[in-house]
Amino acid sequence: MGKENEKVVLLDFWASPYAMRTKIALREKGVEFETQQEDLWNKSELLLKSNPVHKKVPVLIHGGKPVSESLIQVQYIDETWTDAASFLPSDPQARANARFWADFAEKTISFEGGRKIWGNNKGEEQEKGKKEFLDSLKVLEAELGDKPYFGGETFDYVDIALVPFYSWFYSLEKCGDFSVEAECPKIVAWGKRCVERDSVAASLPESEKVYQQVLKLRQIFGVE
Amino acid sequence: MVDEVILLDYWPSLFGVRTRIALEEKNIKFDYIEQDLCNKSALLLEMNPVHKKIPVLIHNGKPVCESLIQVEFIDETWPKANPLLPSDPYQRAQARFWGNFIDKMLPGLGKLMWGANGQEQEEGKKEFVEMLKTVESELGDRTYFGGETFGYVDIALIGFYGWFDAFEKYGNFSIEAECPKIIAWAKRCVKRDSVAKSLPDSEKVTELVPELKKKKRVE
Repeated sequence: MGKENEKVVLLDFWASPYAMRTKIALREKGVEFETQQEDLWNKSELLLKSNPVHKKVPVLIHGGKPVSESLIQVQYIDETWTDAASFLPSDPQARANARFWADFAEKTISFEGGRKIWGNNKGEEQEKGKKEFLDSLKVLEAELGDKPYFGGETFDYVDIALVPFYSWFYSLEKCGDFSVEAECPKIVAWGKRCVERDSVAASLPESEKVYQQVLKLRQIFGVE
Repeated sequence: MVDEVILLDYWPSLFGVRTRIALEEKNIKFDYIEQDLCNKSALLLEMNPVHKKIPVLIHNGKPVCESLIQVEFIDETWPKANPLLPSDPYQRAQARFWGNFIDKMLPGLGKLMWGANGQEQEEGKKEFVEMLKTVESELGDRTYFGGETFGYVDIALIGFYGWFDAFEKYGNFSIEAECPKIIAWAKRCVKRDSVAKSLPDSEKVTELVPELKKKKRVE
């Protein structure tokens, strides 16, 4: 099939947890791709043209055709490159369950959610943000249970959806003065397990680097 | 094995409508169980412990939650009749994108209908109209969002049509004036049995609003 061999370009931002999902998915499938780093304060023509509705990264451009929204990109990658193992189980009930948990992760563990923690000084707003984050992470931890991955023995769709935020935990901890490991030890153990995978190690930036970026953002938003 | 399909739902829900339509499109027999959202049943709480919301689709005793996830589940479980999603991965990604975008209209509608003051309501109306216009330009001059085939994106949006009268009354505007192609599309959709059977009565929805407003103030 010719489709899989067409050029793949990802409009990216290195710290974006959403873009990390797509990079992990591409790497899991062994797909060759180019990344174009975007300056989010000065978006390229290509980005604005490829994602006119949201004007956001990541945008996956395959054979010149753009796909937007990271979880939609992960599903697209799964459905296009079918030689490698699928990210979703084959049974419709199990697939619906995986989609449910990815959707839950998407709604509850987010850049905006994190911002309530790093984007505020110590106080009521930050405490609220911390509580929301940890309450949701605990629900995810209960779903993970004692499994190695959300997919059971297999690293799958839900793991891909959530693991990018592992690279942001350190920043949230520093800004919020708390420990994710103390609250959700199984999630942290799961995160460490995931970063042993090549696809994840190659796609997640170092936590310290993310923290430097968060400090820059705090300055820009006038937090400190 | 005979499939047992139960839908826990609430009659005006624009999310529940999606699942009803998908089941009807596939000609699946299901038991509809009306839920009292002020007094949630043990079954609802057991089947959707995370969100405690409707609709919940129960297939052979196992729950599926979230309306668009239910629509995909229905399409995958009964693949032969009336496919709801295209088979090409790129077209599927486009359909999912628009389903996702349609869901993003909800906060604006929330402000419009339940906003604390006039300013919030106006903001909500503006957001909703802008987004609906974006959806309208995606539709263009096609019969349905899927072209000639009624599918996922149509199903994602048509539930809102049951609430259009309520939005117009409380927002004091005309959706037809703003988005005529959307109204024309909706009128085409309601000619389908699956949609006609599943949409709530617009008048009854509008009559329900004051009661819902009161409940929201209490929450």
